[in-house]
Amino acid sequence: MEEPGTSARRADLQRYWERTLRLTVGLLLVWFIVGYVLAIMMAPTLNSIRFLGGPLGFWVAQNGAIYVFWLLILIYARAMNRLDREFDVHDEG
Amino acid sequence: MDVQIDIAAAIGLTFLLYIGIAIWSRVSSTRGFYVAGQGVPPVLNGMATAADWMSAASFISMAGLISFLGFDGAIYLLGWTGGYVLLALLLAPFLRKFGKFTVPAFIGARYYSGTARVVAAFCAVIVSLTYVAGQMRGAGIVFSRFLEIPIGWGVIVGMAVVAFYAILGGMKGITYTQVAQYVVLITAFLIPAVGIGVSLTGIPIPQIAFPEVAARLDGVMADLGFASYTSPFTNISGLNVFLIAMALMCGTAGLPHVIIRFYTTRTVSGARWTGVYALLFIGLLYTTAPAVAAFARFNLVDTVVGRPYAERPEWFRSWEETALIQFSDKDDDGIIDYAPGDLNDPASANELGIDPDIMVLANPEIAGMPSWVMAIVVAGGLAAALSTASGLLLVIASSFSHDIYKEFIRKQATEREELLVARGSMLLAVLVAGLLGIYPPAFVAEVVAFAFGLAAASFFPAIVLGIFDPRTTKEGAISGMSAGLLFTGAYIVTVAPGFGIGLEPWLLGISPQGIGTVGMLIGFAVTWSVSRMTAPPPEGIRELVENLRYPRG
Repeated sequence: MEEPGTSARRADLQRYWERTLRLTVGLLLVWFIVGYVLAIMMAPTLNSIRFLGGPLGFWVAQNGAIYVFWLLILIYARAMNRLDREFDVHDEG
Repeated sequence: MDVQIDIAAAIGLTFLLYIGIAIWSRVSSTRGFYVAGQGVPPVLNGMATAADWMSAASFISMAGLISFLGFDGAIYLLGWTGGYVLLALLLAPFLRKFGKFTVPAFIGARYYSGTARVVAAFCAVIVSLTYVAGQMRGAGIVFSRFLEIPIGWGVIVGMAVVAFYAILGGMKGITYTQVAQYVVLITAFLIPAVGIGVSLTGIPIPQIAFPEVAARLDGVMADLGFASYTSPFTNISGLNVFLIAMALMCGTAGLPHVIIRFYTTRTVSGARWTGVYALLFIGLLYTTAPAVAAFARFNLVDTVVGRPYAERPEWFRSWEETALIQFSDKDDDGIIDYAPGDLNDPASANELGIDPDIMVLANPEIAGMPSWVMAIVVAGGLAAALSTASGLLLVIASSFSHDIYKEFIRKQATEREELLVARGSMLLAVLVAGLLGIYPPAFVAEVVAFAFGLAAASFFPAIVLGIFDPRTTKEGAISGMSAGLLFTGAYIVTVAPGFGIGLEPWLLGISPQGIGTVGMLIGFAVTWSVSRMTAPPPEGIRELVENLRYPRG
């Protein structure tokens, strides 16, 4: 982080943090919708739809949500590494 | 007897491997002992994290529980994977940047308070010790069943092995040993799942095969008078499914032995990638487990129910000897009848009693697979128990030597002395955990779930607010951690059957396994409001917290 004292740099870092927070909140929203709304609260409804030969709600709760969880972490790691470079705060070569 | 020889060979070979790695990677510096010099690549670190995380409960118990809970078993699947999202997004990169060895050290530095550090170290030891006792018990059950020795001796054999390589190797030994253990345990879990999936559906991918089997199971169970396997909330209320899943998720994020893993990478970006790999490797087992559950229940019903007891299969006989499968011919017709209700309840027509814990171990036998498959499953179950136990022991050792001994007893302690204390406390923890494993205070799986609730209620708010809210003060953190811990602990002790006093009714119908979620909300509320009523943290702390946001520097 060059010239951390200058106000332009400080405004830059502020923007970096705001974007980090926006990404985090967005991904956690998906986490909640998939893990709680779809997998638990909507399960009785989703079960009337067939998927892979079984009820969809059951599949989301026991398998589908896990794939989404993994994707969320992958998206976070990629997006954050890109963001780090964009704002020049990355910690490796 | 052939099974015994195969099992002995599988256990012997895998143990030689683990011990060989522990000796090869012996460490002598304190830093290496705790975090392997931060030189572990993210892929291997992800495997080690996965092995650390997946305990005897995940490997041996979980699929069996799901096969009897049906849809509601999803609490474990959702809870123990969804927590990684919280860990990867809210905690891991920031804690890595902070650069403290342990969670109590983070709490102590962030909240500029030795009291906060001791409170956190105390929580870490309690949570880890309860959890490690469960692993010792799991290892003990496997050893005693297959070496044909009493359970107490089984636990002692497990203790000796854990102590040997955990004390000798430290984190580096544990990290590389755990990579090997992950490979062993995932292979052991996948082989029977794939084999049984193929024989039931012709599809070699269990994740794709199981919804169809579950739908077939719905029909079979309906004929026997059971609730539908795939219908939600037939065993656990909707509210409790929600709350237990949340408590397990936030508990996962607050577990000290998982968090410490993220310090073993060199960079913040490495910590993020460790999360990606960890959930990939964990997910492989967790997406297979519901398939194992459905296959096992289906095969069980298919091979024994409605058939004459006199013609029962060989595996049924051998598990009967352990009393983990029981049959009582209530209507004297010589046929095995299976119906809802307890075996010992005369009003129920059910004549079959099965301990869910045997399902994963017995699954290959039920499906008629060769004995070496079962031998591999046993070795995998041991790998799961031992890897988690050693990660937890490391937390206990570092909490004692780093957070309590060096901080408060002898500030001028040399590195050598600290290492000695770390190894000594590990040994002590092995003995205590082993004793708890031989004489468990309650059902082990239950105690493990309580440990998650306590971790969620105590650590989670303090760490999250410590990172994201610079205004959080030491008074806020200490009162929040204590409030969450006391509320959750008190509720468990009051209402949990078999563990606490067992008072009824439950507050708003909330199960003691789900109460950690309420405790956590209380913890957040108390930390937030007390922080705003007390003097703001020193300027240095504000800068420190803001600095966590940026990976470099």
